[in-house]
Amino acid sequence: MQVFKTIEPGAHTLVQDLGRFGFQQFGVPPCGMLDKDAGRIANLLAGNTGNQAVLEITFIGPTLELLYDTIIAVTGADMGLTINGVAADNWRSHRVKKGDLLVVNQAITGCRSYLAVTGGIDVPEVMGSRSCYIGAQLGGLEGRALVKGDLIQGFDTPLPDETRQLPREFVPAYGHEIELRAIPGPQDDYFDDGLALFFGSCFTVSHQANRMGYRLTGPVIHQRPYTSSSIISEPSLPGGVQVPPDGQPIVLLAEQTVGGYTKIATVISTDLPKLAQAVPGDSVRFVPITLDDAHRAYRERTAFFNALPAMDLKTAGIDPESLSQRLERHLIQI
Amino acid sequence: MAKGLYLTPLFRTAGDCGLLMEFGNAIDPGINQRIRAMASVLAAEPVPGITEVIPTYCAVIVIYDPCTTAPDTLKPLLTRLNQGLSATALAEPDTVELPVCYHPTLGPDLNMVAEIHNLTPEAVIEIHTRPLYPIYMIGFTPGFPYLGGLPEQLHTPRLDSPRKRVPWGSVGIANNQTGIYPIESPGGWQLIGRCPIRLFDPARKDPILLKAGDLLKFRAIDLDEFQEIKGRQN
Repeated sequence: MQVFKTIEPGAHTLVQDLGRFGFQQFGVPPCGMLDKDAGRIANLLAGNTGNQAVLEITFIGPTLELLYDTIIAVTGADMGLTINGVAADNWRSHRVKKGDLLVVNQAITGCRSYLAVTGGIDVPEVMGSRSCYIGAQLGGLEGRALVKGDLIQGFDTPLPDETRQLPREFVPAYGHEIELRAIPGPQDDYFDDGLALFFGSCFTVSHQANRMGYRLTGPVIHQRPYTSSSIISEPSLPGGVQVPPDGQPIVLLAEQTVGGYTKIATVISTDLPKLAQAVPGDSVRFVPITLDDAHRAYRERTAFFNALPAMDLKTAGIDPESLSQRLERHLIQI
Repeated sequence: MAKGLYLTPLFRTAGDCGLLMEFGNAIDPGINQRIRAMASVLAAEPVPGITEVIPTYCAVIVIYDPCTTAPDTLKPLLTRLNQGLSATALAEPDTVELPVCYHPTLGPDLNMVAEIHNLTPEAVIEIHTRPLYPIYMIGFTPGFPYLGGLPEQLHTPRLDSPRKRVPWGSVGIANNQTGIYPIESPGGWQLIGRCPIRLFDPARKDPILLKAGDLLKFRAIDLDEFQEIKGRQN
């Protein structure tokens, strides 16, 4: 069942779900939404509680014509969403009708938006996921980004009775100064002064920033003398910070499988969504965190997402203040 | 004892979900065999909380769910499994033979590689098809095998500037490595031939043809056979 006709595709619009797992040992990276927080909330607002596929929109958004009545939600970067020319809020769902025109403009804050539709986007599952992996031309829409004229299929699913919104205090603010918590390693023993410099300096997001990784510029990070900057190739996990011989760190993201450079630290998974929203020119600082604290942050995030679906997020007749207070209470209880 | 094998494996932290168990610091069949044994034990008896196991040259990486387990639990468990490994009978590696057409139209750098080493193209083919190459690891692109054992006579530097598009199936050499590009991708290896069988096909029941631990043998075929095998696959 066709849900969208692509009038304009946007700069780089991809179908993504939470990722393709279990195939890293075969060289297939996890892929998936770069900002999983925003993507999951978009799904939730559209009434989806599973691993439905959404559109990941990078920097410049698409223009889509609705082909049936449904509910959509856009989260993540604020790109000035309009429905039939009328401004519509992010982080809440909207009822849309056949023939409506959805325009996702250009990023005002952040870098990536997530557009969810009730029932999710219907593309074939490849190796257990609908995520598009451009490098191998698989998943998503024929393994590529949206192009003009694409007809996008949706699942025919009963619509929720109400539209929903995320309480305002849970809406992330995307600034131009980003702090990422990172755990030293796996090759922190290759660095001595470099480690202090890495955690004590400010880096800038370069233009070489994509789903494979974000290249940063800043002070040159040196390894310990007489250590080799290349190691025997090993798989790289999302968040790993490679330091190639030029000393300029690269934070690896969802589409890198193997690397041969030393990794000074690894950004915790809870903070990767922040990097996914960074644009060239933004500044990045790395803050050291212990593994225990990282795990605490991970579990808190998981608890938050487990609690959200049980919450009443209806937009109609609800005082957002009391709603968020109830959510807080719920979170304290778990 | 294998060259570069540590007395006890070294654990490294790879973020909040990854634990690296490093067995040594060399590309060595003995180390790799231990890693293969470890991975097969973890596959046979899944450990609660471990969501993915990735065997590599010198290490096993486990990905875990921090809501279910933690390195404090995993490290002693993995250490114990490792100590019991010597008793683990490792399945004999499979030997996979792959046809390769070493024709200049499919291996545009064959003549150059021959020239660099003062060999005839026929000698390059003979030397390249001689070994049983151990597959140490799969990675880089889906199904790409990292092979050991390229004869020293064929060690050839990478191209000065990588090609933008290398066709799937291309067989290349880069320094002491040889391998096959499973999908079309950019690449800087010297291309000496092409294999008509897809190493990666997401539509296949087993999308990845090769696995770490297998042995690989190349068999030279002519253009006709190349076309015939390639045609049969499509």
